[in-house]
Amino acid sequence: MPHIDLPAGFPGISAGFQFRPETAKPMRELAHVLLHLPNSLTPGERELIASHVSSRNNCHFCYSSHSAAATCHLGDASLVAKVKADFASAPISKKLKALLAIAGKVQQDGKLVTAADVEAARNEGATDMEIHDTVLIAAAFSMYNRYVDGLGTWQPDNPEMYAQMGQHLAREGYTQPSIRQPVGASSIVAD
Amino acid sequence: MPHIPLDPELPGIRGAMAFRPETARPLNALVEVLLQGPNMLTRGERELIATYVSSRNCTQYCHSIHGAVAAAHLDGNEDLVRQVKVDFMQAEISPKLKALLNIAGKVQQDGKLVTPADVDLARREGATDIEIHDTVLIAAAFCMYNRYVDGLGTNQPADPAFYRERGKRVAREGYVAVSEEYLAPHSSTVAQ
Repeated sequence: MPHIDLPAGFPGISAGFQFRPETAKPMRELAHVLLHLPNSLTPGERELIASHVSSRNNCHFCYSSHSAAATCHLGDASLVAKVKADFASAPISKKLKALLAIAGKVQQDGKLVTAADVEAARNEGATDMEIHDTVLIAAAFSMYNRYVDGLGTWQPDNPEMYAQMGQHLAREGYTQPSIRQPVGASSIVAD
Repeated sequence: MPHIPLDPELPGIRGAMAFRPETARPLNALVEVLLQGPNMLTRGERELIATYVSSRNCTQYCHSIHGAVAAAHLDGNEDLVRQVKVDFMQAEISPKLKALLNIAGKVQQDGKLVTPADVDLARREGATDIEIHDTVLIAAAFCMYNRYVDGLGTNQPADPAFYRERGKRVAREGYVAVSEEYLAPHSSTVAQ
């Protein structure tokens, strides 16, 4: 049950965005630049960073939707699950592992990032821009996750809905809503 | 020493924003709506929420500059700002703002800690849905800005005097306007 009168049938952040379009606009634009626009990190890699941070924050809606977007980009749901379980042993590049380690520190507290963490990423080929974007993706999801949880939004357990959202996010990015109308009660598996 | 090469003339978030104007623009647009735009909560109240969250996250640059902006909106009352950082329950602020700061403190830890009782308390003190929404989002957004500033290892001056004049200027002109001075000269060299 949301803490404020959010529009019914809109899950997670889509309810907050409907409620307050003035703040939704820059929040959408930020996600679009960080996760979707061309970058030397692939969109799949960046979605994995977003889903990793959301998983560590136990934010079901954000983890599920960004995992679905990562799966669309990477074509492999098992890879996303492996990164969630233990990214150090997942079949991803050493550079991405070093960036996920930085993201995990930022998720706790930015001050935990050490010169050695950054050096390790650089040794695996990470650029200054990639390090910057990793820090900001992790910081931004520390915001999105708290926003979604702090309003007590409806976060259904509905794999089909997240899969559809993931396809929209992977194809179109973040400037337009991925949820355009209330999600029907019949598709709610659990509340 | 920052983890990536940032302009040494630009401390805190300004160096990071100059490094990446594409993300700086939505970051500034968001803080402008939340802290400077039209709202039933005064600018001073909203800056106090931002200051309080930044103080709990121990991010010196953010709690110093937003504390300075808050003081500028509150007739220069730096003691009040200090009291909110130390123990807001004892500060001379409204019961409504205390209830909202309680919610902000929960969000700073984890949004899931906010309870219906926290929200009811704020409502009983007169908080509206939009004020509760904005409190949650200000707290969430400063968990982002604080981590961004700390995670890049930005330069964060310790001297309060450094922040005082800038706080007055931000209070007067707003975030987007003052950001142009460091975004415009960099956008041609840093933009990809």
